[in-house]
Amino acid sequence: MRFLYRPGSSPLHRCPAGAKLLLLVAAGVGLVLLRDPLPASAALLAAVLLYPVASFGPRVLWQQARPVLPVLVVVGVLHGLSASWPGAYVTVVGLLALVLLAALVTLTTRTTALVDVVVRVLRPLRIVGVDPERVGLLLALGVRSVPVVLDLAAEVREAQHARGLAASPRAFAVPLVVRSMRHADALGEALAARGVDD
Amino acid sequence: MTIATGLWDDRPVPLIELDGVSHAYGERAVLRDLTLRLEEHRIGVVGGNGSGKSTLARLLNGLVLPTAGRVRIDGLDTAHEGHQVRRRVGFVFTDPDAQIVMPTVGEDVAFGLRRLPRAEADRRSREWLERFGLADLCDHPAHLLSGGQKQLLALASVLVTEPDLLVMDEPTTLLDLANARHVAHLVAELPQQVVMVTHQLHLLDGFDRVLVVDDGRIVHDGPPADSLAHYEALVG
Ligand SMILES: Nc1ncnc2c1ncn2[C@@H]1O[C@H](COP(=O)(O)OP(=O)(O)O)[C@@H](O)[C@H]1O
Ligand SMILES: [Mg+2]
Repeated sequence: MRFLYRPGSSPLHRCPAGAKLLLLVAAGVGLVLLRDPLPASAALLAAVLLYPVASFGPRVLWQQARPVLPVLVVVGVLHGLSASWPGAYVTVVGLLALVLLAALVTLTTRTTALVDVVVRVLRPLRIVGVDPERVGLLLALGVRSVPVVLDLAAEVREAQHARGLAASPRAFAVPLVVRSMRHADALGEALAARGVDD
Repeated sequence: MTIATGLWDDRPVPLIELDGVSHAYGERAVLRDLTLRLEEHRIGVVGGNGSGKSTLARLLNGLVLPTAGRVRIDGLDTAHEGHQVRRRVGFVFTDPDAQIVMPTVGEDVAFGLRRLPRAEADRRSREWLERFGLADLCDHPAHLLSGGQKQLLALASVLVTEPDLLVMDEPTTLLDLANARHVAHLVAELPQQVVMVTHQLHLLDGFDRVLVVDDGRIVHDGPPADSLAHYEALVG
């Protein structure tokens, strides 16, 4: 599964979650402000070199990059045609570097550690009525629910095939939404049973 | 690792009291005027689909509140002291996928201890992961576990909070025979009071008391052999 924590003991795994997130944000801000081929290339090179540091091989790197490549190609071509090709290079390379770095943060950091950082950062917003713990819980639940919903989707698709139904978006979406909502209900009940609202 | 079963005799069992309890979802009456006093260690609940077993189980931790009457756990009213009740009553659902709320095994067990200092929470989580043979899977994504492992995780995540009463709603229905036996074996060794709804009647061997529910009423209440004979007669 992409984007999920993989245990390890590399320097990147041991680096505190807050520091990793801060560096990620700094890289994003830096790339936007500089908008130059050199820093963009450097960021991508750094991202690629950090994977072995976290003891991930080329396969893991490829798994993170592959899903965004089509989008990047489209963005690059549009940008090149409408503005300039060097500009397109900076955008595509910069985005790819950020995607790889963000993936690296989630691959080397437990969800609860990331959530703790978010909760800490949001704490000042308590005065305007934001409940940081609640936001953190929602984030963790979101991460947990992705594979569950993917499984539900696979089951719905299988059930349709078994009944010989042609692939229709509506015949797929309706049962998936119904089952996801049923899952959400059960999850809410489980959270209540585990004392979340107390 | 096994838990000394001698604990059974020392540990005070909570007193579950239902007093004229009825429950209706809208117009539909699901439980009708139940008055019960449960103070045994092992209590089973059997009955047909839709007879009201899950509703009865959910009444015991205040997930469902009675529309008439009162439910009390050691004197705590589920309607007014739900918070304290849920701290003492652990609940295991049928589908482990819906009750695992954190992405990894270790995080899910630690979730129930989120109000404790991190080191203490980690220590206690580890203890339960080891007891249930899940220690090597601590950083494993929960969704990659087998169905049986998921239910073990769900059970460990509830037990880590050390509830006095464990309510289980068909905890083995989605498991194969070997996993169902494994879960039943772990439950059998717990020092806690257990209320278990099940269709797998052999799991009720050794229980102290079995309730037979039909159409929202307790139609029989006695030792397992007796109740199961009554249930089979009812099904016909
Ligand atoms: N949330 C709900 N809303 C409306 N009706 C419900 C709800 N939950 C259960 N019921 C109905 O109440 C009856 C008893 O349900 P339940 O307690 O789940 O029975 P059992 O667990 O014995 O199958 C069933 O007819 C069911 O359809
Ligand atoms: Mg039920």
